[in-house]
Amino acid sequence: MKPQTPQTVNATEPGSARLVATLGFAGLLSGLIIVTVFEVTLPTITAYKAKILQEAVFKVLPGSTRLQRLVYREEKLAVVEEVGKEEEFVFGGYNPEGALVGYAIPGSGPGFQDIISLLYGYLPIQRKVVGMEILESRETPGLGDKIYKDAAFVANFDALSIDPEIVAVKMGSKSAPNEVDAITGATISSKAVVRIINQANQQWLQRLKIQQGE
Amino acid sequence: MPEKKRDTYQEFIKGLWRDNPAFVQVLGMCPMLAVTNSAVNALVMGGATFFVLVASSFFVSSLKNWIPKQVRISTYIIIIATFVTVTDFTLQALMPVVHKELGAFIPLIVANCMILGRQEAFASRNSVRLAVVDALGMASGFLFALFSLGAVRELLGEGALFGFKLFSDDFEPWVIMILPPGGFITLGLLLLLFNWLKERKDRLVAQLDEMEIEAR
Repeated sequence: MKPQTPQTVNATEPGSARLVATLGFAGLLSGLIIVTVFEVTLPTITAYKAKILQEAVFKVLPGSTRLQRLVYREEKLAVVEEVGKEEEFVFGGYNPEGALVGYAIPGSGPGFQDIISLLYGYLPIQRKVVGMEILESRETPGLGDKIYKDAAFVANFDALSIDPEIVAVKMGSKSAPNEVDAITGATISSKAVVRIINQANQQWLQRLKIQQGE
Repeated sequence: MPEKKRDTYQEFIKGLWRDNPAFVQVLGMCPMLAVTNSAVNALVMGGATFFVLVASSFFVSSLKNWIPKQVRISTYIIIIATFVTVTDFTLQALMPVVHKELGAFIPLIVANCMILGRQEAFASRNSVRLAVVDALGMASGFLFALFSLGAVRELLGEGALFGFKLFSDDFEPWVIMILPPGGFITLGLLLLLFNWLKERKDRLVAQLDEMEIEAR
């Protein structure tokens, strides 16, 4: 290797103005670049997120091809285009004829490592959960991540009665329509999924019933 | 002229093997252990680091005469952080699935000491050409290291490579390999392998030298 040439050092120390100007200029340039890239990539990122959510709704509500966001305002459900920041909402799924298939309810809560957020399909007339999709989770790879990688566990939620409430039982001992076979080695994650759905049910079922009555 | 050419080649090749940032300098261990649970994650992480390192080295070397030395580190960090943010948004738009898996580790490339180390130790003291060549070598070496770790861990931990199952269903995956301890175990074994190879080579070279002296 050749001897490295030392950095050329100015004979006089640069003034503070020069230092501030250098950093300021670097910051300005960096900001410009970041904002440009952000603006360019934002539409793709938003479109992808919307697409994922839409696919999840159609998946947990078999038969639905169109969705609407419903918020709970002044004691009743209202269809909205944009959901306000602090507002809670569900998706209404409709079939091609325009009839309501059911609701896709988002829920989230603590799992084994971090917050699990999921979406599940609910049919109000049959009082059944008909599908569940994990949207975000950081469960242990190989164990807890079976809550979405293990097709047999996900299938538990394809026709699940919610009365009196959903219960997670030991793998293989499912005997009632409201029971879920927990994953061996991931009991906490399995129970977390069940608890999240039960909590969301408590929050929403009463409200959805009001809608049905009208 | 031929001497200069060899120099460029040397600067490139040293990052791949002799001064490999991961296996020899043992730098950048945080992404090394955290995101190498599959070959794809390791490759994307390596690619992101590759882009950031090469682009930063180019800019730092080009601007070295304008950056006062009192604020050089802060300026390097601004340059690195800019490219990391650009990479973050680009990955989010182009490869959202992998981006979700890598999570917080893409922004953390800013804190990868390997990158800042190359700016301070090399790019700020050498010509643009040499700086880029050095960055290419180091980044390829890092990519290679991440990939070796990721491939081994995915192979043993899931019985697959790039998501394709390689073994029959009788293979019981070693779950521990995709968990953090698997990262430490694999890294330790790979470091052992590299040190053994190096020692063996040194011994061979010494033997050859001896033989040469005896022949004279």
